[in-house]
Amino acid sequence: MLRCRTCMNPATVRRTIHPPPVPASPFPYNPGSLLSIEDLSLEALSHILTRATLLEKMDPLERARILAKRRIALLFYESSTRTRTSFELAAKGLGADTTLVSSLSSSIEKGETLKDTGLTLRALGAEAIILRHASSGGPWLLEAETRLPVLNAGDGMHEHPTQALLDLRTLLTHLCAGTETVTAQTLAGVTVTIVGDILHSRVARSNMLLLPKLGARVILCGPRELLPEITSQVGPGIAVERDFEAALAQSQAVMMLRIQAERLAGLQVDLDEYKTRYQLTSQRLARLAPRVPVLHPGPIIRGLEITAEVADGPQSVILEQVKNGVAIRMAVVERAMLANRQEGGRA
Amino acid sequence: MTALLIRGGHMIDPAAGVDGLKDLFLKDGRVAEIASPGKCKAANGAEVLDATGLTVAPGLIDMHVHLREPGQGYKETIATGTAAAAAGGFTAVAAMPNTAPVNDSSEVTRWMLSPERGAVVRVFPIAAATRGMKGETINDFAALKSAGAVAISDDGKPILKDSVMRETLASAARVGLSVIQHAEDTRMTVGASMNAGPKAFMLGLRGLSDESESSIVERDIRLVTELRDARSHLHVAHVSTAAAIAAVRQARRNGLRVTCEVTPHHFLLTEEHVGMYNTNAKMCPPLRSAADRDAMIEAILDGVVDAIATDHAPHAIHEKEVEFERAPNGILGLETALGLSLRWLHKEWKLPLGRVLGLLSAQPAALLGMKGRGTLTVGSFADVVVFDPKAEWIYRADAGLSKSRNTPFDGWTMQGKVHWTVSEGRVAYAAAKA
Repeated sequence: MLRCRTCMNPATVRRTIHPPPVPASPFPYNPGSLLSIEDLSLEALSHILTRATLLEKMDPLERARILAKRRIALLFYESSTRTRTSFELAAKGLGADTTLVSSLSSSIEKGETLKDTGLTLRALGAEAIILRHASSGGPWLLEAETRLPVLNAGDGMHEHPTQALLDLRTLLTHLCAGTETVTAQTLAGVTVTIVGDILHSRVARSNMLLLPKLGARVILCGPRELLPEITSQVGPGIAVERDFEAALAQSQAVMMLRIQAERLAGLQVDLDEYKTRYQLTSQRLARLAPRVPVLHPGPIIRGLEITAEVADGPQSVILEQVKNGVAIRMAVVERAMLANRQEGGRA
Repeated sequence: MTALLIRGGHMIDPAAGVDGLKDLFLKDGRVAEIASPGKCKAANGAEVLDATGLTVAPGLIDMHVHLREPGQGYKETIATGTAAAAAGGFTAVAAMPNTAPVNDSSEVTRWMLSPERGAVVRVFPIAAATRGMKGETINDFAALKSAGAVAISDDGKPILKDSVMRETLASAARVGLSVIQHAEDTRMTVGASMNAGPKAFMLGLRGLSDESESSIVERDIRLVTELRDARSHLHVAHVSTAAAIAAVRQARRNGLRVTCEVTPHHFLLTEEHVGMYNTNAKMCPPLRSAADRDAMIEAILDGVVDAIATDHAPHAIHEKEVEFERAPNGILGLETALGLSLRWLHKEWKLPLGRVLGLLSAQPAALLGMKGRGTLTVGSFADVVVFDPKAEWIYRADAGLSKSRNTPFDGWTMQGKVHWTVSEGRVAYAAAKA
């Protein structure tokens, strides 16, 4: 193996390199956590979907005994309407006491770190924390430091697993007669197109990870600034299509996304051109996908990515998604709290 | 000055072509005699280190560390940083100027070199290229050199303006100093915290592209080419991408004085080691793709890489226990460089021991123009590392001598246990007796 420094033509030097292994992820530390949609097996997904329906139908008084007087903290570093309210209604619906800490009315403003805020909430008796955070990875940090069940309510540009779950519930209602037991084939033959600001979207990432696991094909659609070319390499079952109409014509469902102005970081997007190419209009819908459900995680910007006619039209399932959010989050909150009661924290 | 006899060890001094059993006698801070075992004449009464079964080599030289003083003593001090260096077998460290204040003046350089700092091995300050490392006004390199600076760099804040970099290369060459560039086009890396690619995309993090590194390396090589008559020496710090190493390789073929270093983390780890936002795997340049990492290994084995340097960058625990994109860049390196190099470059990838040691001593000494270091010929400085090349041990960050703990190598198996580090004739580190 001696190789002197003068004979170093790289083309002739080919060795088999056995590098150090990548250690296995220690996450989640707590079996009740939902950090990434990837953490859920098909069995766990089926369980959540089944419980969502049961809890939704259950008598409210009976339901409120499930987590009666148990403490759950909602920790929100970003503004939110749907996610915050539905998590809160879900936890309260199960009988839990909730408290909301938001970054603008707490010691976070004074410079308290995520770690210290988490430890403080734990000391106050919180048994689980629902976290919305502006930085990708925030929930992983919080879970590692507190070892509590942490529910990811959206972290930066990374993931939004409960959104993907409620999207799945909505899709199953419309495409699979509301089935709750999912397999690797449940969405076989289904193409879901996600359109718009993929780069900054945690909803897109969670859906890209979830839907192919059930057999669906995901088409990502948008301009290069908002949908980088490498996205086609990120996983199985994911394709990039720049032509919205071509994508729409192949789709059994379409999910529109908002352009996240707050995360553009200097990126310039020509909105007029964007609307011309990617806006979902009733003409496009009628011509290319007349029966498919139209999803949007909200907030919608009427007249930009979607016209008012489509948002309010018969194919829109946007408010159904919102409603599904409460049911799904009841199931996820219940799982977080009961996983620990039965098994105890792994850490 | 005390006298020290290192007896019965296997001496490897690549620069002098020594590879065999020798007694090494050190006196008055210098190598006084090298003799066959038991044949050392002058050693009567000297303190003896029994190196039987151990390797005796020139003290290691790390040409890229951050000792954090002046200004950030809560991360590391010159005393703790050099203690960590000694524990890792290093007898000389070149300290980057991104301190507070920046080392852009003779006063700061002399302050760092003052005995009051408590250094246990030699510190060689690298002075800033520009005032305050702002990339605008060139410093007085002659004055900095006479105060003790061994090279010029705006490490961490690369010099982007062509005119300033050209003048830096030319001025440094006039006083015989190398220019070390942290190659990163920071205009392309705003808000970025890991390697650009599918992994960064899926983690929702903004990425540093390989082009942000290679474009600066290519620009700098072009400037060196244009300044050919000035005999400028460009040293590329912590190369991390295949594209940048290819540019260095080509520059060397073209006969330019362009050299480079690679860190252990860049020849061992990839972006996959970031895992789920492990801030102890965040540094700049970031961990790259497997193809880039493999290119670093190839380039080390091929001899294109001139030195292994650690980019030892301590940060306090609380600074790393934050959101990934808010965490500062950098990891420790001094206490793991030898153990990782022997475990992987030597044992796994079969780079001869002498070559590994050359990358960690003789070659960086030559790059920084350190006379009498990186070799153990008679008259050289008595900078020696004595280690057991076969011993395996587990590195525990908590047991380290650095003030900080930020390392991705906690719990890793190391090969080669340092028994003694001798700096200019004094024992700077002695391992606890097993």
